[in-house]
Amino acid sequence: MTEKVVVKDLFKIFGHDPGRGLKLIEEGLDKEQIFEKTGLTVGVREASFTVNAGEIFVVMGLSGSGKSTLVRMLNRLIEPTAGEVFLDGENITKMTRKKLIDMRRRKMSMVFQSFALMPHLTVLQNASFGLDISGLGKQEREERAMNALDQVGLKTYADSLPQELSGGMQQRVGLARALAQDPDILLMDEAFSALDPLIRSEMQDELLKLQEESERTVIFISHDLHEAMRIGDRIAMMEGGRIVQVGTPDEILKNPADKYVKSFFRGVDPTTVFSAKDVARKSQLTLRWHKGEGAPRAALEQLREEDREFGYVIDKQRKFMGVVSADSLQAAMDRDEHTLDAALLGNVEPVPAETPLQEILAVVRRYEFPVPVVDEDNGYLGVISKNAFLKTLEAGVPETGAGTS
Amino acid sequence: MIFDFEEASIPLEKWIEIGVNWLVDNFRPQFQAIKWPVEKTLNGIDGLLQIVPPIIFLILLFIIAWRAANWKVGIFGVLTFLLVGFLGLWQETMTTLAMVISAVVFCVIVGVPLGIIAARSERFADIIRPLLDAMQTTPAFVYLVPVVMLFSIGTVAGVIATIIFSMPPIIRLTNLGIRQVREDVVEAAHAFGATESQILWKVQFPLALPTIMAGLNQTMMLSLSMVVIAALIGAGGLGEPVFEGLNSLRVGLAGIGGLSIVLLAMVLDRISQALGVSKHTQKKES
Repeated sequence: MTEKVVVKDLFKIFGHDPGRGLKLIEEGLDKEQIFEKTGLTVGVREASFTVNAGEIFVVMGLSGSGKSTLVRMLNRLIEPTAGEVFLDGENITKMTRKKLIDMRRRKMSMVFQSFALMPHLTVLQNASFGLDISGLGKQEREERAMNALDQVGLKTYADSLPQELSGGMQQRVGLARALAQDPDILLMDEAFSALDPLIRSEMQDELLKLQEESERTVIFISHDLHEAMRIGDRIAMMEGGRIVQVGTPDEILKNPADKYVKSFFRGVDPTTVFSAKDVARKSQLTLRWHKGEGAPRAALEQLREEDREFGYVIDKQRKFMGVVSADSLQAAMDRDEHTLDAALLGNVEPVPAETPLQEILAVVRRYEFPVPVVDEDNGYLGVISKNAFLKTLEAGVPETGAGTS
Repeated sequence: MIFDFEEASIPLEKWIEIGVNWLVDNFRPQFQAIKWPVEKTLNGIDGLLQIVPPIIFLILLFIIAWRAANWKVGIFGVLTFLLVGFLGLWQETMTTLAMVISAVVFCVIVGVPLGIIAARSERFADIIRPLLDAMQTTPAFVYLVPVVMLFSIGTVAGVIATIIFSMPPIIRLTNLGIRQVREDVVEAAHAFGATESQILWKVQFPLALPTIMAGLNQTMMLSLSMVVIAALIGAGGLGEPVFEGLNSLRVGLAGIGGLSIVLLAMVLDRISQALGVSKHTQKKES
């Protein structure tokens, strides 16, 4: 994972004397106190994070959390009060204006919530706007713009005006404009927030598809949790100008850093987010598979002692072998079989750990016993009982899971 | 007592007189320098319009009006100028037209850049605002006297007075138009690496153009309204019959002068307004 963008201790204080605000922060005052005392607004404080090359990094938070301010400091549309931003090791915050303009033209593009298209230009002219700014010749920039429009499926609308297009189409033009630059970094400021849910979903899919084709680094601002979970490789949660937590979607889900983060995820349907391994518990009796005789009897003994109906058979390497029941063990003994193999219940398919919960509903329902979960080497991770499954739907994932150790 | 207000306690009248006299005595060359381009432009346009045979003028007018607006405006324009011709006021109308065009040209050359500067600098806008207020609200008669003292009687002085009076709208509306360009569009231009001048010319100016054209229209109308006043200081044009008619109580003469001014104003108004309507609005309406 190469670090593409590194942000170090970024601050933004709005008002007539930001330096004073910085001092007050050092003294330990919080946002409200500083505002009361000086009328200064702390937009962003102590923001530090790294964005890896090729990932979609989502910055999430409610309105006023500072996320729009933060992203604008990355291309210095807003000048930071303190702190540094590095792109490929180069310090953006210290760049001269000339270098900054050059960087904006070649390395960083932006897509805006309000689309921000030029109303007096056609779709093609809009898409080639960035290239026009860079001084490219008409033919070359129109060619590249057409390519970008093609990528977003708007080639036939090249000569239309923005007002003639729907919201979703206008944002596609905005996206094409950004893509035409062929930038390393794509900054997307709530790019899909102004679209209706269906179109929004489509645009998210399109972004993911475009990412598959050319792995750009995308920094995406959103206030929508589902959006973040859907497209984010990693998420940074912001509140009151601070970055509260950074992690992958399920890292944050499982270990929310504080009440604020937790409350965000309250409404989330766990089955869309979690996989089998997050819910699997080693709650059932496991039986060591022995070559040789006596195994069914011993197994039955164990089952009776633990008062269990089913046993999960694993080998010496803890690989899952199958499920036995008291009945199947008895039947095996009656048939004079002496290996556990004979008692294994037929048609038992363990569930791979990464399977999303949504997909195992039918399986959980079908088996009379808790569903075994295995990792990619067929290692036994635990089981999911009907009860556990229902509990997860109701209350979210419990604190400790098989997948976390 | 000072507070009985019988006599002036502040000799501002004297100070103004002294001030203007001082200007006249010491800055004649500078004022002549200002006069020169106006004179040349005015004489050039006036000369041209006087020479052009009326029929050619009418045809050109029709074409211009038709292309800018529609054929109805074209017909209206032609009929107006025909009437003016039949009233025997063709020469005067051409002179007035020349005055208006000259005034508007200088208003645009000076006013639009000032408006752009005002849009970009809050401080400049604050400084210029009271100045514009003064220029617009001061009765034209008041600065006719200094204008005559500085530029001598004649049509040129009339045009200069007109310029002073009619410039504020175009400065104001250029300022307004540029400031009103959507912030997010300007921000986007910044984000894609545009320099300040690129933003001005590629984004702000084109988008402010409808508002600027509205300013142009206003300036043009104010110029026409100065026509009669300009006649007071010896300017030619349609102000002359009005003025003469007023002086000698020839109501009819003043009447046809006034009518011609009104009709000329309407034609110019229609044409310049049509020029101000942006392309995509026209497209929408079609």
